[in-house]
Amino acid sequence: MSRQIVIPFGPQHPVLPEPIHLDLVMEDERVVEALPSIGYVHRGLEKLVEKREYKDFVYIAERICGICSFIHGMTYCHAVEGVMDLPVPPRALYLRTVWSELSRLHSHLLWLGLLADSMGFESLFMQAWRLREHVLDDLEATTGNRVIQGVCKVGGVRHDVDDRKLHEILDGLDEIRPQLDDLVNVFVRDNSVRHRLGGLGVLTEQQAWELGAVGPVLRASGVANDIRQTGYAAYDELDFHPVVETAGDCYARTVVRAKELFTSIDLIRQAVETIPEGPVEMKVTGNPKGEFYARSEQPRGEVVHYVKANGTKNLVRFRVRTPTFTNIPPLLEAMKGIELADVPVVVLSIDPCIGCAER
Amino acid sequence: MKREAQEVETIDLSDLLSRVALQKAAGDRLIAISCATVEGTYEITYSFEDRDHRFTHLRIVVPPGATIPSVTPSFWGAFVYENEIHDLYGITVTGINVDYGGHFYTTKVPFAFAAAASPKAGPAGKETGEE
Repeated sequence: MSRQIVIPFGPQHPVLPEPIHLDLVMEDERVVEALPSIGYVHRGLEKLVEKREYKDFVYIAERICGICSFIHGMTYCHAVEGVMDLPVPPRALYLRTVWSELSRLHSHLLWLGLLADSMGFESLFMQAWRLREHVLDDLEATTGNRVIQGVCKVGGVRHDVDDRKLHEILDGLDEIRPQLDDLVNVFVRDNSVRHRLGGLGVLTEQQAWELGAVGPVLRASGVANDIRQTGYAAYDELDFHPVVETAGDCYARTVVRAKELFTSIDLIRQAVETIPEGPVEMKVTGNPKGEFYARSEQPRGEVVHYVKANGTKNLVRFRVRTPTFTNIPPLLEAMKGIELADVPVVVLSIDPCIGCAER
Repeated sequence: MKREAQEVETIDLSDLLSRVALQKAAGDRLIAISCATVEGTYEITYSFEDRDHRFTHLRIVVPPGATIPSVTPSFWGAFVYENEIHDLYGITVTGINVDYGGHFYTTKVPFAFAAAASPKAGPAGKETGEE
């Protein structure tokens, strides 16, 4: 047996936008075991629920993450609305669905660009981010903001989007569709991409399920699990099938995310074409009492927001379980047996969001 | 819009490991372990999902200073939740497969979410002494 050494990876590394540290136990060039350390950006956001009124706390929930900001805000609202059993107007639920899918589009394009960059495929990185700008423009045009949209509220959404603007979004997505096809074609078919990612960081279906993997990491291992299937927001009225791959490697995770771009566009189209008329918010009075677990499918996977309330303006407890947090144990398994040079790509393949994970 | 059923079952601490093992044997996935401070005690909730998206929860209620057993023999990835609960609430978890010994999170105040560290919220929701 070779002598084992420990190589520190992170918390600062060119491939990591956010800090996570891994102690890599190595035998020659192969990883035998990886031990993670987080805690560099722990903000204790959940504790703030004791100082902010439940309606105002949406502002904090939206700031858990800068990429899936809207979905965090929406899931928090779903949790509070669940405690209070509020009948949210259907049009608001459809708008939430449209914004959720725009968030997924821009997040997946961001990740695909980062992946290309980590492989040294600079032109592909630039193409992905160029297309992402188009989606961010749509978010800005319909919410007023590019990053923290600030448009969700308990009982609905803050403002309506007229049908003309909604159809402009569809027209814009039609316009970039050929470019998206070209982009996805490279990620799925290009030999250099397949060679770099194929067979790397493999998670079997059983490992992914038992270790708690979620989102594209789970679906890339052959499990057709997508929280949108539970029918939150307007998803119960839209036709939708999860994208599933079976190889469980970095390439499969890439293909899942790439194909999900088109699923999102299709869902936006269905939502825009069937969105009902009506109000987009309801008057919310009184304080919540009880508890509720709400789940949503973020771009990185399932997020859980738990709220517990005692009838005052402040919640007793707010708890978030983010997808990256639960994807850490599967990542450790996926890293066993890979070479040191592959570590950055495998880490990136779970689309880590450490700020999100530590809250 | 569909809202998921909220199936929370409170069990004895002594039954925890056997019930969690049953969930594992049934093929469920551990979704999260959450902790909440309620009137000086801790509610620790283990959330699971089966392959059909049925979302269920097992809950134990323990006093401050309690020691609970790790569920990592059933669910290897549970160590992230158990280390988090220890670092934020001060609850001792025995037998964790990857034990960070209190260094999973760095917080300014030790056990920042523990019952003693929680601010007293008045009826208007403001922290005591806060204007």
